Amino acid sequence: MSTLEIRNLHAAVETDAGPEPILRGVDLTVVGGQTHAVMGPNGSGKSTLAYVIAGHPKYKVTAGSITLDGVDVLEMTIDERARAGLFLAMQYPVEIPGVSVSNFLRTSVGAIRGEAPKLRLWLKEMKDAMAALSIDPTFAERNVNEGFSGGEKKRHEILQLELLKPKIAVLDETDSGLDVDALRVVSEGVNRFRESGDTGTLLITHYTRILRYITPDFVHVFVDGRIVESGGPELATQLEDEGYERFIALAQKEGATP
Amino acid sequence: MSPVMVPATDHAPVVRSFSPGDFEVPHGREEEWRFTPLTRLQGLHESPEALAEPEITVAGIDASAVQRLVLDAGLRARVSTPVDRIAAHSWQLADHATVISIPAETTLDDLIAVQVHTPAGTSFGHLVVEVGAFATVTVLITFTGAGAFAGSVDINAGDHSHVTAGSVFESDRQAVTAARIHVRLGRDANVRSSVITLGGDLTRIHATVEYTAPGGDAELLGLFFADAGQHHEHRVFVDHSQPHCRSSVTYKGALDGAGTHTVWIGDVLVRAGAVGIDTYEVNRNLVLSDGARADSVPNLELETGEVVGAGHASATGRFDDEQLFYLRSRGIPEEIARMLVVRGFFADILRRTNIPDLPTRIMSIIDDRLGVTDLVDEVISA
Ligand SMILES: Nc1ncnc2c1ncn2[C@@H]1O[C@H](COP(=O)(O)OP(=O)(O)O)[C@@H](O)[C@H]1O
Ligand SMILES: [Mg+2]
Repeated sequence: MSTLEIRNLHAAVETDAGPEPILRGVDLTVVGGQTHAVMGPNGSGKSTLAYVIAGHPKYKVTAGSITLDGVDVLEMTIDERARAGLFLAMQYPVEIPGVSVSNFLRTSVGAIRGEAPKLRLWLKEMKDAMAALSIDPTFAERNVNEGFSGGEKKRHEILQLELLKPKIAVLDETDSGLDVDALRVVSEGVNRFRESGDTGTLLITHYTRILRYITPDFVHVFVDGRIVESGGPELATQLEDEGYERFIALAQKEGATP
Repeated sequence: MSPVMVPATDHAPVVRSFSPGDFEVPHGREEEWRFTPLTRLQGLHESPEALAEPEITVAGIDASAVQRLVLDAGLRARVSTPVDRIAAHSWQLADHATVISIPAETTLDDLIAVQVHTPAGTSFGHLVVEVGAFATVTVLITFTGAGAFAGSVDINAGDHSHVTAGSVFESDRQAVTAARIHVRLGRDANVRSSVITLGGDLTRIHATVEYTAPGGDAELLGLFFADAGQHHEHRVFVDHSQPHCRSSVTYKGALDGAGTHTVWIGDVLVRAGAVGIDTYEVNRNLVLSDGARADSVPNLELETGEVVGAGHASATGRFDDEQLFYLRSRGIPEEIARMLVVRGFFADILRRTNIPDLPTRIMSIIDDRLGVTDLVDEVISA
């Protein structure tokens, strides 16, 4: 069972005007078998947290630590993190012209598993995984994310999640931009992943909608670069009824007294 | 002999001559030289001397089909007249050519493999591939070596012939190459000519097409991979002077490393009498790192509006940090990520060359240059 431990994480984004602090002391522990929902208003730094875990070069960690099973994640390169068992389903997946989905997936799976999958077995595995997510088989020959609709991009992210089988998955707004049918299909994929073993899930979302399909064990309210309140699934219900106002006020009050 | 003056159009060369004296020494401000770093030409554009001879070997065809001919009036009529000083010098300093003749109505199943190896020093050489009417042939010409080389390849495709040609420039890193590849198409001839440029410090290829009768179909393909400060320049000139011909030009280039520079100039001239032609040219470049520069200039000059089609396109894209991040976040190491993108970018053009085994060989050279170690390759791609 794996543990992702984030301690007092501070991070800044590199801008033309110099580094701008975004994360201001994040504490969070995700243990295999658990699902954590991180919910917060737009601009609160949720994607930044996801990118920092994955190692995006634009963000600099200024204090704190991230470890996976006790090993320093911040010391690892981007691809080492993925091979160590971390996965990020991106809010805005990137188009890669010239690289077919099938070639990309096979290379990625080979890199993560440490050997190229045998071609025949691999074709079947990929076909089945695509079918489970209602992805048209012709997508295998299309270029990665090129010309995909918003919903197709998100399915493709979850396809990777299911094929790469990480220890800990970070899903950044996988629900945004999906219609009801797509949301159900994608949620079923996430649930298959959750049930596939002792995997940990960090579900980042702005809305409570996806939590009807994916029940979290813990809910964290994320405001102004940190977690201001944590609780069980009932916290999500409360957020749905009340919105983020109370927590924003709370964050401002706390921010005023360092 | 006085130079032939050709009526001025925007893109057709003005002077054609075998005498170097008919051309000024380029200074770099001229339209056709403005992209070329003249100081790296090792004097080829000034008044060079021949210090060595290239070794030209021909395999895959009976020796009787290969001759060495001197540049007499007969040969002059069968080769392209120089349009710049370097080419004129190359004929003056090497006044003979290796001529491969394929008789009419023969179909050769074997690949004709020509090797042009240029030793250190300055050398000049010429190759002519003479394809008879209704013949079918595939020829691959590979340029290797270390020196400064100027020369030409003339592909004369007889009426109704089918020619598949490839010219691969893979000289050593310090080499300089200035070559002309001229395709001349007879009636209903079909030529697919690919240029692949990998090597050299400076490689400048002038790929030209001429039609002598209606119905010719020319497919020009190009691939260049330049890194670590190399200069690769490809200048295409398709002269549509005959009706009902077709030309299609597709060049793709990838660039890596600071100071690397590629130039693609695509000139297509459709003369007044060339009605019913169809032409399309495209250049796509992929810039893999900061500090590498790709210039791309398509020019289409139409003297008649009665064409089936006429178009061009040019686009230079970057392999950016976000793409790299995405691939690496899926466990793919940086070198493999680049390799995937470059392989994807070149896959279609290599396939279209129609030359057996060439795609794999070229891709593995490029993989090496991208720093993909054998070990990682074994584990990940297969
Ligand atoms: N690359 C960037 N350049 C400049 N500002 C950024 C960048 N990324 C994030 N930010 C800023 O950081 C804050 C948090 O952004 P983000 O992490 O995307 O929030 P969320 O995902 O919660 O909407 C925002 O104010 C945003 O403008
Ligand atoms: Mg976000």
